[in-house]
Amino acid sequence: MIELTDIVKTFQAGAKQVDALRNVSLTIEDGEIFGIIGFSGAGKSTLVRCINLLGRPTSGSVKIDGTDLMTLSSKELREERKKIGMIFQHFNLMPSRTVFGNVAFPLKGSGLSGEEIQKKVRKLLSLVDLSDKENAYPSELSGGQKQRVAIARSLANDPKILLSDEATSALDPQTTSSILQLLKKLNRELGITIVVITHEMEVIKEICNRVAVMEDGAVVELGDVFDVFADPKHSLTKNFIRTTSNLSKIEQMVADGVPGVTPEKGEVLAKLSYRQKDVSEPLISTTAKEFSLDINIILADVEIVGGAPIGGTVVILHGDSARIDEAVKYLRNKNVGVEVIKDARNPY
Amino acid sequence: MQGILTDIFPNLMSKWPDFIKSIHDTFIMVIWAGGVGFVFGLSFGIILTVTKPGGVLENRPLFQFLDKITNLFRSIPFIILLTAVMPLTRVIMGTAIGVPGAIVPLVLGSVPFFTRQVQSALAQTDEGLIEAAESMGCSPWEIITRVYLRESIGPLARATTITAISLLGLTAMAGAVGAGGLGDFAIRYGHDRNMQDITWATVIVLVVAVSIVQITGDTIAKKNTH
Ligand SMILES: Nc1ncnc2c1ncn2[C@@H]1O[C@H](COP(=O)(O)OP(=O)(O)OP(=O)(O)O)[C@@H](O)[C@H]1O
Ligand SMILES: [Mg+2]
Repeated sequence: MIELTDIVKTFQAGAKQVDALRNVSLTIEDGEIFGIIGFSGAGKSTLVRCINLLGRPTSGSVKIDGTDLMTLSSKELREERKKIGMIFQHFNLMPSRTVFGNVAFPLKGSGLSGEEIQKKVRKLLSLVDLSDKENAYPSELSGGQKQRVAIARSLANDPKILLSDEATSALDPQTTSSILQLLKKLNRELGITIVVITHEMEVIKEICNRVAVMEDGAVVELGDVFDVFADPKHSLTKNFIRTTSNLSKIEQMVADGVPGVTPEKGEVLAKLSYRQKDVSEPLISTTAKEFSLDINIILADVEIVGGAPIGGTVVILHGDSARIDEAVKYLRNKNVGVEVIKDARNPY
Repeated sequence: MQGILTDIFPNLMSKWPDFIKSIHDTFIMVIWAGGVGFVFGLSFGIILTVTKPGGVLENRPLFQFLDKITNLFRSIPFIILLTAVMPLTRVIMGTAIGVPGAIVPLVLGSVPFFTRQVQSALAQTDEGLIEAAESMGCSPWEIITRVYLRESIGPLARATTITAISLLGLTAMAGAVGAGGLGDFAIRYGHDRNMQDITWATVIVLVVAVSIVQITGDTIAKKNTH
């Protein structure tokens, strides 16, 4: 378990003082994949570097499985760091060493014999699917392959925790996805706790159990990924989610006057978002029957987040004005988020 | 063969033992001053790299001190250094003249230059590698040996080549303290007595020496660049 308590980090940049972290407290449980998202400069890297004390907090405490890292001697801290793997945006592989040499790098001084090291490195390389690249140099690998080598290297000392600082930010979407799947597999098979830093909501959505949203050195929202997606509280979180959902395009489409999305006189254009983990009821058809409305689905986007479907539809409601109001109330009672985008019932 | 050489290099052939000795003296000076200078320059370059602000063993006073000293010695022209350090030379070597007398000024003249060369070679190491090594629990000493030095073999080989060649040039001036060597040989006979063939022979030897150093350095650098 990682316990960060009241972490403050202040940088002195010349005469100016930068408060990179303002009193951040977080607890990350064993075996979870914890995401930290925020825009550039939010303090994500600074925070994650506090976990292995690559950057010492100005104040606060960092505990891993109850051990307060801040009180350790530098030698003890180095031993502790061996149990915390870390991967980076730019991979940081040693260019003068082969793939084998890079993965074996952290094993020096581990007490393993040459033969054992060889066995271990081969095992790690097969785990990341790179057995055939043992003798290649990093310059001969693609970005995705480099990150796999870096992952293998970070696992060399069997860490309990893996820190990933924008590990997929330099990769294309397909490679990103394969690296994320690999991380998920490591979490599942090795039970390793993973802390993922990213500025892409896609990444959070794909692998994280919980997420912290950071802004200006503080955590502004924290929770289960599903809950945060289903019902974002902070405007920044809403912004991030908007970037991943197709439904948010509707506003632009309405603004652009795309035909088919503009409600006729007497109609209402609304976005329905499902917030419950079980959307089994045929809500739309029930509502249509119940209130004698025509409900025309013009956009739908439902996907699996945190193991449950999430998303919603954009619909045009056509029918009696009062009945439309009742329908909206009914849906809200059913815990469906209803956002009226354009109401064309009342004369302007 | 002997005849042809005597025709082309008449004076050189008559001074042959002197010529061999001067090559030998130059060689001794380069090896000794170079060897000692390499150890000092490399150490200072490493110390400057790790004690700089943000370095793995950040130490402002030490960094500032070494940085200033390096600048100071770099700004003294070698010919002045040669005579200025004579008292020091006498203390260290027991004499201030001849080949032993030249070693101290040669070291002092080349170390600051090599220090800067090492510093800039090590500065090419990606900061990310240092960060990765730290995250893997490497000690500062491991970072120096396994990251900085190991990852900079190519640039260090180039730095050494440049310094060795410039050292070869400095030894020519060491003749001023009676150190002998090729430079002294060329001036004494080639210039003072207008024995052109001796000047040319010296140049040929130096060109060959420089080429050997350069090719060796390039080969090492190339072998270690991936
Ligand atoms: N060594 C430093 N010296 C001074 N200021 C720093 C230093 N490192 C970070 N900062 C400042 O701290 C703040 C947080 O930086 P940090 O790198 O943690 O952001 P981030 O969320 O990781 O951003 P990015 O997505 O760009 O990586 C920024 O304002 C940054 O300028
Ligand atoms: Mg960052």
